[in-house]
Amino acid sequence: MPTIKVTKVEFEGRIEEREVIVEEENVPRWDADAQLDVVGKPTPRVDGVVRVTGQAVYTHDVQRSGMLVGRFLRSPHPHARIQHIDSSKAEALRGVWLVWHRGQPPPIGRIDGRDLFAQELVYEGEEIALVVACDERVAEDALKLIEIEYETLPFAPDLDTAIGQDAPPVFAGGGGNVIDPDGDVYERGDLERGRQEADVVVDLTFTTPIASHCCLETHGSVAQWEGDRLTVWHSTQSVWGTRSSSAEVLDIPQDQVRAICRYVGGGFGSKWGAERYTLAAALAARETGRMVKVLLDRREEHLAAGYRPSSKQRVRIGARRDGTLTFLDHEAWVVTGAYGGGGSIIGGPAKDLYRCPNVRTVVWAVRANTDAGRAFRAPGYVEGTFALEGAMDTLAAELGMDPLDLRLQNYAEESPARGIPYTVKGLREAYESGAERIGWRDREQATPKDGPWRRGWGMASQIWGGGGGPPANAMVKLLSDGTVDVLAGVQDLGTGTWTVIAQVAAEELGLPIDDVRVVIGDTEPTPFGPGSGGSVTLASITPAVREAAHDAKRQLADLAAYMLELSDASPQAFDIAQGEIVYRDDPDKRIPFREVAAKMGNYMIVGRGARGPNPDDKALNTFGAQFAEVEVNVETGEVRVRKVVAAHANGRIVNPLTAASQVYGGVTMGLGFGTMEGRVIDKRTGLQMTANLEDYRIPTIMDVPAFDVAFVGPVDVEANSVGGKGLGEPPIIPPAAAIANAVADAIGARVFDLPITPDRVLTALKQAQEEA
Amino acid sequence: MALAFRGPTRVPVTLNVNGSVVKVLIEPRRTLLSVLREELGLTGSKRGCGRGQCGACTVIIDGETAYACLTLAIDCEGRQIRTVDGLAEGGRLHPVQEAFVAHDAYQCGFCTPGQVMSAVSLLEHNPHPSEAEIRHEMAGNLCRCGAYPNIVEAILAAAEEGEGHADD
Repeated sequence: MPTIKVTKVEFEGRIEEREVIVEEENVPRWDADAQLDVVGKPTPRVDGVVRVTGQAVYTHDVQRSGMLVGRFLRSPHPHARIQHIDSSKAEALRGVWLVWHRGQPPPIGRIDGRDLFAQELVYEGEEIALVVACDERVAEDALKLIEIEYETLPFAPDLDTAIGQDAPPVFAGGGGNVIDPDGDVYERGDLERGRQEADVVVDLTFTTPIASHCCLETHGSVAQWEGDRLTVWHSTQSVWGTRSSSAEVLDIPQDQVRAICRYVGGGFGSKWGAERYTLAAALAARETGRMVKVLLDRREEHLAAGYRPSSKQRVRIGARRDGTLTFLDHEAWVVTGAYGGGGSIIGGPAKDLYRCPNVRTVVWAVRANTDAGRAFRAPGYVEGTFALEGAMDTLAAELGMDPLDLRLQNYAEESPARGIPYTVKGLREAYESGAERIGWRDREQATPKDGPWRRGWGMASQIWGGGGGPPANAMVKLLSDGTVDVLAGVQDLGTGTWTVIAQVAAEELGLPIDDVRVVIGDTEPTPFGPGSGGSVTLASITPAVREAAHDAKRQLADLAAYMLELSDASPQAFDIAQGEIVYRDDPDKRIPFREVAAKMGNYMIVGRGARGPNPDDKALNTFGAQFAEVEVNVETGEVRVRKVVAAHANGRIVNPLTAASQVYGGVTMGLGFGTMEGRVIDKRTGLQMTANLEDYRIPTIMDVPAFDVAFVGPVDVEANSVGGKGLGEPPIIPPAAAIANAVADAIGARVFDLPITPDRVLTALKQAQEEA
Repeated sequence: MALAFRGPTRVPVTLNVNGSVVKVLIEPRRTLLSVLREELGLTGSKRGCGRGQCGACTVIIDGETAYACLTLAIDCEGRQIRTVDGLAEGGRLHPVQEAFVAHDAYQCGFCTPGQVMSAVSLLEHNPHPSEAEIRHEMAGNLCRCGAYPNIVEAILAAAEEGEGHADD
């Protein structure tokens, strides 16, 4: 029976109490030591063959003869007003179907609360016009024929300019660039008292750059109408969110929208509901009666598809002589773009990682003449951890303590921000495992005196959510040949969702995984499932899948009882394993699953399951620790990351094979953020200098270190019926911090600004020499 | 006036793709990638960047890897083109494909067709590469998900598999 319950809902570090409709689950939890056949075993992806053969159909690959292609004309200026626009030559080009812009608007001209085509352009890459043509090449020819006169305006392209003296207003109409001058403030305890109690105080300022997601599949949508019903293929992290947002922006009922995304070429936080190109595709498809595809190209991806906001963070920490923290004060300014929101959870780690009675965090969101920032894999926490853990290392040095000991001295046994216990924590185990694996306690204290290379070690901690929660639904259909469909309204970003769903269903039904077909990434056949962000997917959907399989199994046991002439036996009296339904009290009474299914004929057992509530008054978090070993060349400033040990506590690991992949990927992306990535904006023109995959450097196969991955800590039996928690974001949180700390260890000087490029290493060395 | 932007008229081009000979009528400016995907429906090769920076469009032309996004289709007449779409023969995966699945050498899979084709070409030129040689040869294929450690493992495993066949 569904009931309405107030439960804590957590998403990307924000926890709020919300009324949700939940159902209590019937399926018994898997204990920590449950003997499982499929779950917990390294399992190659069930969607692997279609991916390696090129058969997987991504949004980019959707096409049909007669399909039209749309392309946007985008602003070449960071801030300008359109004086005049003439698209007549573009319209006259053979193969062009339609041209829309401010002077010639589409039938629906608003999305995200603002016009699709604005008159005042506030970032390089803002949409000016849409051309829809017979193919991409003609559409691009037509874009070049659109004539525009601009009035250029003063601009603030980056954080320093936007918060500086006499900063040009991001919008000509004025209004400050700082969205809320009071900032978003969190306080606990008494900061002043904490200052007075401190024997040692550090006061440091860190900066992090704008980082681009660089999904290899660029953003895009394909739209096709059938009568009044729209099918939208959207490269997204949320098919259900795409359905509802498409319906909303088009002002049509949700039942008229089907959203499909079976395969997505990376998202990392940047791909959610209907966007401007989605609206454009849908409207143009309705107007032309054709399928219409609108994809961003690589340059547009950098200009208009979001980024991790840049930050400037001031961290002050005080401690007693023994290392006990007395206060923690974290101030941050983050660029969220011209149309970006005011929120950021960059203060999250400072709030919630260490036991500290007196804490203040303040975040000021700042507008700039760039597109809107977006969530990017552990938004805020990657940047916030870099600053906090850098300051902790400096504090440890001031105190003459080992950095790991300082962290253990301030270990939080319960959630510092919420004052409630964790279901399980596991960070201590992560510290211990990681330290042992890298040889932390035996690491060389002296760097070699000969040659330019210096070796150093650093570590950093990780806190994140990942507990998932309701609502998430699943259905299981038993087919007459004994195979199974599992339907769930989620999608697989490459994290392995297809496979963990198949594993959990196979485990619960006692079937080989090959007999389970997973249907996800499509709103038509599936019940609602959550978007894949905040590392919620596994912990939200796999318990619902278990429950649905359990429900199907109960119905199957009823039939088996009848067939075995045990009509009085309850469904609980039967076990299902290895494809057979067995009467527990008399194991000779058994019947193969396939035999029951065959006798069903076309009668279909449909099991349904919904994710139950999270535990009350317990904090659901994931923790981890990473340790890095680096070499730094003191003559050239080059940094080589030799090895990263990553120890993570995420409860039960459903698929160790794909879980390790998540860690490799997160660390690699974090290494990129730490040592090479960052958007470069020319202050003179306000234009991006790195809007491609060569000038915006991301790690290649040459850049990755040796890895040692360990999953530690107990199964989280209290968290949900499967006992696992999300792993998408945790591994990207500590790498930049751990590497920065290792570089400081290696050269005896700290680089406070990411990425740690050779010039910054040399500058830090020079400053240290001058001070010494 | 407006038509000035249109290219020359379409020209017939004969392409040999995955062992099949096909004739297409295309504008000379068309890239091989756009012809493979749009004219031939071979959407295995992906466009990640369109300018030779990511490697997702990697194909093998006359035994050498090439970025299909930087190759003009008209330059491919008379040449043997291999794409990921034709790699598995008779429903049997190529050893590199098998190794990618077994070693989880991908995540989102969008770069995978290019990675696979680069790996196939690498092993054809150098059946027993060292780990360093693999990293060097594969450096032109970006993977934003960071599957690199498993890509190395998969190629090493496929090389070993190839060795097994050689001994037969």
